[in-house]
Amino acid sequence: MQKLLISTRKGLFLAQDKGGRFEISRTSFLGDPVTLTLCDDRDNTWYAALEHGHFGPKLHRSEDFGESWAEVGTPSYPEKPESAKDKTPWSLKSIWSLATAGPDRPGALWCGTIPGGLFYSSDRGTTWSLCEGLWNHPQRTNWFGGGADHPALHSIVVDPRDSNHVFIAVSCGGVWETCDAGETWSVCADGMRADFMPPDRAGDPTIQDPHLIVACEANPDMMWAQHHCGIWRTCDGAKSWQEIASAGPSTFGFAVAVHPSDANTAWFVPAISDQHRMPVDGNVVVTRTRDGGKSFEVLTDGLPQGHSYDLCFRHALDIDESGDRLAFGSTTGSVWTTANQGDNWQLLSGNLPPVYAVRFV
Amino acid sequence: MASLSFTANLQRHLRCETQELAGATVREVLEAACASNPRLRGYVLEDDGSLRKHMNIFLNGQQIEDRTNLSDSVNEADELYVMQALSGG
Repeated sequence: MQKLLISTRKGLFLAQDKGGRFEISRTSFLGDPVTLTLCDDRDNTWYAALEHGHFGPKLHRSEDFGESWAEVGTPSYPEKPESAKDKTPWSLKSIWSLATAGPDRPGALWCGTIPGGLFYSSDRGTTWSLCEGLWNHPQRTNWFGGGADHPALHSIVVDPRDSNHVFIAVSCGGVWETCDAGETWSVCADGMRADFMPPDRAGDPTIQDPHLIVACEANPDMMWAQHHCGIWRTCDGAKSWQEIASAGPSTFGFAVAVHPSDANTAWFVPAISDQHRMPVDGNVVVTRTRDGGKSFEVLTDGLPQGHSYDLCFRHALDIDESGDRLAFGSTTGSVWTTANQGDNWQLLSGNLPPVYAVRFV
Repeated sequence: MASLSFTANLQRHLRCETQELAGATVREVLEAACASNPRLRGYVLEDDGSLRKHMNIFLNGQQIEDRTNLSDSVNEADELYVMQALSGG
């Protein structure tokens, strides 16, 4: 039975497929903000990142499919040396991405954070170490916050062919690649454009604002980026990025999903623009391309049309391993699912707290 | 010895009963509590040791002056309360 974890401002909701329709079957952490989850199918461990307004971010782990949770280690930054010139506080503000570290690294996890540090755990989140190769990279101090006060490391893409090969993406810090499991890093955001910078710095790869990057599981050199200034795609493992000029009502948004076996098929949930973060004309739509971005369909069946102001955050769209089922949630507490790649959508709930993330189990 | 007490809302997440602790500053008293309860530090302090933005520490009924270094002086029989700010939603 397929399950969906919905992370919200007021707790974690587990929904289960009951004969073609998802229904909420369990709540956890009710009242506490849950920013995202990770389900590790290597050992059936679930992780949930909490962000207490007063007590800061915490990480919890479940070994019984969410029936019970226990707090584990929280990544923490080392003391900032006197010689450090960057303006970023060396202090954890948010857990902003979680990923398994590859099939040959059982129990190992990556964690991206605000203010931009990447952490690694080899013991299922019990302890964490800062990836110093990235944090000490001289160009890291170019990064700055976009939306958040400080840089946000939101995307971690581990190459399924080689767990030493990892991409990360940062708002605002571009896309970065390591081929040696984090020892050394290089920026790889050539082709992206930052309209929010003066013209002579618009092409600087180290200050780009990708909102999310995703790679096709079957063809990991093909990646999509929903960027602050539009949609980009790479076909060569991020050596170069090409802009997709048009995608239905808007190319602005936060979330993107790619089909696990067809890299030319991807989905987006657009909003008007940076200044107007709501659906165009009050119509909630999903855009889908099946030809690598040459053309887009605008999917509306089952979605509210008119006076709807749902915004989909970057981690609030997911696709399952079959590539047929997707789900997305919104800032106004709605969650929709589809079983046919978006041709028709079903409302799971319209009354949840603001949705930060959805993940299929 | 100074007494150190915690908001009930914090006790929802970890055990932290009122304690009598030695220390000449707020930092020293709090560190004495963290020594036997390491998770406490991350709930009250940032990684850099400053007081979390939405937390307060009261010393004999007054908010402490130094939220960064927690250097306010503590005397015998002083009362410290770790509270949360009135924020959220």
